Amino acid sequence: MSEALQIHHGTVSHDVHHDGDHGHHHQSFISKYVFSMDHKTIAKQFLITGIIWAIIGGLFSVLFRLQLGFPGQSFPILETFFGHWAKGGTIQPEFYYALVTMHGTVLVFFVLTAGLSGTFSNFLIPLQVGARDMASPFLNMLSYWFFFLASVIMIASMFLQTGPASGGWTMYPPLSALGQANDGSKLGADFWLIGMALFIVSQLMAGLNYISTILNMRTKGMSMTRMPLTIWALFFTAVLGVLSFPVLLSGAILLLFDRNIGTSFFLSDIVVNGEVLPNEGGSAILYQHLFWFLGHPEVYIILLPAMGMVSEILSINSRKPIFGYMAMLGSLFAICILAFLVWAHHMFVTGLNPFLGSVFVLLTLLIAVPSAIKVFNWLTTLWRGNIRFTPAMLFAIGFVSLFISGGLTGIFLGNSTIDIHLHDTMFVVAHFHIVMGVASMFGMFAGIYHWFPKMFGRYLNNTLAYFHFWTTLVGAYLIFWPMHYEGLAGMPRRYLDKSIWVSFNQFGSLDQMITVVTVIVFAVQLMFVFNFFYSIFKGRKVTSTNPWGATTLEWTTPIRPGHGNWTGEIPEVHRWPYDYGKDGREFIPQTEPIGANESKH
Amino acid sequence: MQTFFIVAILALGFLVTFQIAKASEYVAVLRGEEKARKQTNKINAFMLLIFLIVGLIGVFYCNERLKGKILGAPASDHGVHIDTMLYITLALTGIVFFATQIALFWFSYKYQESDNRKAFYYPHNNKLELIWTVIPAITLTVLVGFGIFYWFKITGEAPKNAMVVEVTGSQFKWEFRYPGKDNILGKKYYKEINDAKNNPLGQLWDDPANHDDIYIAGEPMHLVVNKPVKLVIGAKDVIHDVGLAHFRMKMDAVPGTPTTMWFTPTKTSKQMKEETGNPNFVYEISCDQMCGKGHWSMRGEIVVETQEEFDQWMATKKPKYFAAFPEKDPAAQKAAAADTTAAKAATQPVAMAGH
Repeated sequence: MSEALQIHHGTVSHDVHHDGDHGHHHQSFISKYVFSMDHKTIAKQFLITGIIWAIIGGLFSVLFRLQLGFPGQSFPILETFFGHWAKGGTIQPEFYYALVTMHGTVLVFFVLTAGLSGTFSNFLIPLQVGARDMASPFLNMLSYWFFFLASVIMIASMFLQTGPASGGWTMYPPLSALGQANDGSKLGADFWLIGMALFIVSQLMAGLNYISTILNMRTKGMSMTRMPLTIWALFFTAVLGVLSFPVLLSGAILLLFDRNIGTSFFLSDIVVNGEVLPNEGGSAILYQHLFWFLGHPEVYIILLPAMGMVSEILSINSRKPIFGYMAMLGSLFAICILAFLVWAHHMFVTGLNPFLGSVFVLLTLLIAVPSAIKVFNWLTTLWRGNIRFTPAMLFAIGFVSLFISGGLTGIFLGNSTIDIHLHDTMFVVAHFHIVMGVASMFGMFAGIYHWFPKMFGRYLNNTLAYFHFWTTLVGAYLIFWPMHYEGLAGMPRRYLDKSIWVSFNQFGSLDQMITVVTVIVFAVQLMFVFNFFYSIFKGRKVTSTNPWGATTLEWTTPIRPGHGNWTGEIPEVHRWPYDYGKDGREFIPQTEPIGANESKH
Repeated sequence: MQTFFIVAILALGFLVTFQIAKASEYVAVLRGEEKARKQTNKINAFMLLIFLIVGLIGVFYCNERLKGKILGAPASDHGVHIDTMLYITLALTGIVFFATQIALFWFSYKYQESDNRKAFYYPHNNKLELIWTVIPAITLTVLVGFGIFYWFKITGEAPKNAMVVEVTGSQFKWEFRYPGKDNILGKKYYKEINDAKNNPLGQLWDDPANHDDIYIAGEPMHLVVNKPVKLVIGAKDVIHDVGLAHFRMKMDAVPGTPTTMWFTPTKTSKQMKEETGNPNFVYEISCDQMCGKGHWSMRGEIVVETQEEFDQWMATKKPKYFAAFPEKDPAAQKAAAADTTAAKAATQPVAMAGH
């Protein structure tokens, strides 16, 4: 293994020398930008694909928010675009459920998994551990193209006559298994399952690559405890993915069997529209176990990269070391372990054995302890710092705020007693959007603003960035904070019109407010996307290799690093990555040897 | 036309913002980037402070506006426990919420970059870490303790005197079955379900316990105030969920796997109308598990009334058995005694085979 790695190192570095010494080493457009094996290009591919997906997924939420805010009102433009799905300009129920299902699937998997950890694992792991590329650049490329294929299939499903999957992003059978019960469960569900299966393959290839790169390809002196917290977070993310995604794959495959070849894994005792089905002995709840065994770690797959990047950005911009590096590490580890042991808290009211339920209550609330440690450490990192509010820093602070708000409502839902009332209400929607959706999105924005100069050698426009941050933060709270109250009233999720209900029809004006804010926030995100693409070509140029005054290795590379990252030898590491403000010095790069008189930390 | 205007306004706003952003970038370069950066830093620090203050006011304003629209008094004994647990959690998490959010934004404001300050090199402190590991752990132990205590109370065995009602969900309606005089729900088998044969639930007619079961559909479920009720819950096609917001109860209806829940309604429908001041008040059953395109409209009703009212209502109902076998109806029995034997002989083997 080590021999193979060395050979690999040798060839790549040779290429780079070649590059530098004799001008252009010829690479066609296709091998440089399309089927590239450079981890930085693959990261950008994940990021840009993720951005496109985010626009699609976000647009879906705008559409169904129109229905929620203004039920029954006609928007003729919708009929122009969507035909019979929006007959008379009002969103039809089938369309509404297709929209919420696709919004969830797209945002959770295609944006916040592939777009977030796909981008930053690929970009940061080699750069921050000091490697020329991933352990297997080819597998890495393959992982992107499997993701691309999954994307194509998922997009294609939206153009089917019977529509895309529409049984909710969790795809619970029997609803997702029976075309007779739901239009979206005809061909759309097969597309969904095949798309997800390919997506999982992509995630596994990516995850194995991340893990082996981190374990085997660190530069000299980069011991595990000298790695930046981003890398630790991305490492645990990959471990979570590798151990839990296969379980979802099995669930998806079994569901495909139930749908197409007459097995009864999840089906039993069903009469649908007067038709008696032959399936007996299956368990619909089994699918939920398989789904949530991935589904809950998935929450942390989404959240951990954001946590890692936020730790890094908070420390750099406070000009202070991250407080409690080992505690941060320990809490990441604890979260990673506990993430596997809490899945059934999504199933408290499925008829789960109450004793089992109580075990999951204990384990679920236990996860609040490492989360609390992280929050307190972030706060102490800010304390007595000398804080620079770069756009990345603001998004990092916003992340902490949202993580607190959303984390605390998790304590309500994780307690089975309260969950009986709040389960599947708008309270859940508010909770997970704040803590998983918006918070991780903030982590992603922080990462993009922070590492954009390294990715493209240019800065994003600051004024637009600040505008983006403030409207998004205020908007996120305006949208999701009052939504908790709807949930406390018991209003179920996925109700597209509440007017027939005596108990839930009192929030009309609130729903309108939320919809208006959603439209504004979405427009501002489009402005961010514009800023992103504009700045790639026209942004202010980066003039120093280390614009943020950071200690980590990626800032020792050239402003626009080529394939292989460093032009000469890979630098050696002599210290941890958080020597900010030590011994009166602004910062000490990881590459600087420990001085004779240096104080110990 | 309206849509066009909205799009035009958005595009215009977009353009203006972008131009301002471009201009400010040039200005920053002209004035010296470092100076401009420091000024922006001050503005953002101040905005964070403003956000904290306005945010805190917003939290109270939001609560004032909406607190009257939620919850109300719980209408079951379990509901009281659940609300207590909710308020305990709200109090504890509320303290943490305010403390940490205030610290976050206040530190951000207070320790904004200044030429006069050096960041304090403070990499770790094990004592602090210990404190904020132990305190959350103790707090959460308290919450877990209360939570599990109530959870077992709520999910424990139903009292012996509980009445039993079966609830069956299907796209997109609720059907109910009362066990009749024998207080036993008769056996059923899904392949027997046949609306045309007057057997919407698939009852096995050879089980005598079925002969007095009362089937209710298209009208509210009736319950007796202060009498525990155990709901036996099932579904015919996909997963549904019996959601009872006022009783604070909820349980999935899963095809193939019956589930149960029990509670004691403590307020009659009439009482709730008076207490809420809403003459249209009804207890509603909402489907809380996504079940297809009509999910949002899968609505049932419950009437909670006194024992006498309930008995009167029940007295007007006839077992479904008599609808399936009109000749068994005591009213018609004498007239058609001979036919019944033949019908019984014809149907029984089918039911047995299906079993």
